[in-house]
Amino acid sequence: MKVMIRGNESIAYAFKLAKVKVIPAYPITPSTLVPEKISEFIANGEMDAQFVPVESEHSAISAAIGASSKGVRVGTATASQGLALMHEVLFIASGMRLPIVMGIGNRALSAPINIWCDHQDMMAQRDTGWMQFYAESNQEGLDLGLMAFKIAEDERILLPAMIGIDAFVLTHTVEPVEMPEQKDVDDFLGEFVPHYVTLDPKKPATLGSFGFPQHYMEFKFGQWVAMEHAKKVIDEVFEKFANKFDRKYSKVSAEFMEDANIAIVTMGSMSGTAREFVKKMREKGKKIGLVKLTVFRPFPKEELLSILKDVPVVAVMERNISFGFGGAVYAEMGANFVNESKSPKILDFIVGLGGRDITFKTFEAVLETAERSLKGEKVDEVNWVDVNKEAVLKVEGSL
Amino acid sequence: MTENYEDMEFFAPGHGMCAGCAAPIIVKWVLKLSGPNTIVVNATGCLEVATTAYPHTSWRIPWLHVAFENSAAAASGVEAALRATGEKANVIVFGGDGGTVDIGLQALSGMVERGHNVLYVLYDNEAYMNTGIQRSSATPWGAWTTTSKVGKANPIGKLRPKKPIARIIAAHNAKYVATANPAIFQDFKKKVQKALSYEGPRFLHVLSSCTTGWRHDPSKTIEILRLAADTGLFPLYEIIDGDIENMRITYHPKKFKPVEEYLKMQGRFRHLLKNPDLVKKLQDDVNAWWEKYGYH
Repeated sequence: MKVMIRGNESIAYAFKLAKVKVIPAYPITPSTLVPEKISEFIANGEMDAQFVPVESEHSAISAAIGASSKGVRVGTATASQGLALMHEVLFIASGMRLPIVMGIGNRALSAPINIWCDHQDMMAQRDTGWMQFYAESNQEGLDLGLMAFKIAEDERILLPAMIGIDAFVLTHTVEPVEMPEQKDVDDFLGEFVPHYVTLDPKKPATLGSFGFPQHYMEFKFGQWVAMEHAKKVIDEVFEKFANKFDRKYSKVSAEFMEDANIAIVTMGSMSGTAREFVKKMREKGKKIGLVKLTVFRPFPKEELLSILKDVPVVAVMERNISFGFGGAVYAEMGANFVNESKSPKILDFIVGLGGRDITFKTFEAVLETAERSLKGEKVDEVNWVDVNKEAVLKVEGSL
Repeated sequence: MTENYEDMEFFAPGHGMCAGCAAPIIVKWVLKLSGPNTIVVNATGCLEVATTAYPHTSWRIPWLHVAFENSAAAASGVEAALRATGEKANVIVFGGDGGTVDIGLQALSGMVERGHNVLYVLYDNEAYMNTGIQRSSATPWGAWTTTSKVGKANPIGKLRPKKPIARIIAAHNAKYVATANPAIFQDFKKKVQKALSYEGPRFLHVLSSCTTGWRHDPSKTIEILRLAADTGLFPLYEIIDGDIENMRITYHPKKFKPVEEYLKMQGRFRHLLKNPDLVKKLQDDVNAWWEKYGYH
């Protein structure tokens, strides 16, 4: 059944369809509608769950750990500063191997305070041991939300997962979404079984104990192995989902890449605009293609190597910045090719921070630089696009 | 009446807590009184560190540690999961004063305001003992700690009074709040039993001596704690349903002992004894408290 819903609702519906039992959440723009919607589902008797209206995001993720440790399915949602406030506890969720699923309304971090879209919030949580998925549309938000539970709860993995939906562009935008039938979701996810030790008075266990140097690294290596396993399990779950619901997902999707000499790499909602741009350029005879990352953790190394190994220029477009080096995707893309005998020229384009629109003009600027690089011209490795550089350099004293 | 588990140990011997530490006495008795159908959430601190060195554990009931400041939130999640599945079990938090009165106060406030069915037990040794005796907001006026040092310019040590956490939590309309002292054992036991008998958020503020931080002879723990009650320095009372006006004092010392007797047994107060004015100030504060509230 097709419904018209906002991106936040796609996360709320995923939780409802997955029959999540405990949702501790705290309001924050732009993800506030998720707890609002859950509260509504419960008030209407449409959802049999406990909503815990906590007093902070730190407590939201802490309560999520408590509930998940008890052995029930748990979901929550946040964004930006809220996700940053959770930071400390995110490591504990993954270290304790609890399959919590969290929707993120991807929003810029202060300062200056800004409520609009970029990916800095999730990128800053890259090393917390959570799997990371980025949705292009509300349909993807819903589907990835459902699949995240199946992936996270798989006994070969047992890691938490976050799904990024772009602030406002998705969170607040109504789109047509194919709503799965409850029985099909039940069939796909199966009954929730915690494949981990839980808090059970009949079988007492100590969870979250003190790890000395002679044990700590083995715990961390376990998380590493689980994240490696996730690469395979994600593919399996994507395939099962496609068989059941007829919607195909892949960690990395390549479009117009067969003969491309320039690849544009994107994540999240900018991929839609990128696709239209690539189509238009193809009509003009330009050999450009689109590579969309749906999964950022685990990093889809092998897929990117195989898709991009023969492409002369790769233009990474990203809504995050690691000051002092470049974007996070660019850094990993470069590292991915460093031991290969052949590597594309990899260029970084910092775009759309704090909700700045990513338009055809943005893509034109990216393409122009990429084409110059293709011709052998030396161009900057890290390029800030759609920025009034002159004004900033004047203030910073570089001119 | 529920089953009696007083002959059973749910907090196993062989842990790494110091000889003379009062916290294990508190924990072991709370668990004896709650029985095995109990889930414990423990804040980071001595108790957590010294009882769960992987792969060993001292806990014969399910136990969860998440972090320092969020035990009340983690317990909220455990309790919500119990409600979701319809299971019944005691959820008990053990937290020290740092994890409760300072960094964990927000999470605790939230837990109590939301009405979670959790018993929160604060074992208050009046400083950050796990990190090496730094002052907390539960450190009493006049105590030496490594961050309220005593010297020429500051002969007192900690300059601010102890935060009245029990009254703060009671002001949230908690179901049951009490201060307790393991050395006043029958009162302590009755309060634990009473707290366990109620539904809703409950809070026990239990004084717990620390031999290294208070600088006392490990064999004198109970003696010192008894003096905390008998000098009137740590009054024992209970408050039901947030009715602070009708706070009930549950232990009236037959004859108040001078605060000096409590101070002189602990190195952390040694400097005060050199200055009779400071001892008098403390005695005056105690007298004023009992004058104001002692009729309750």
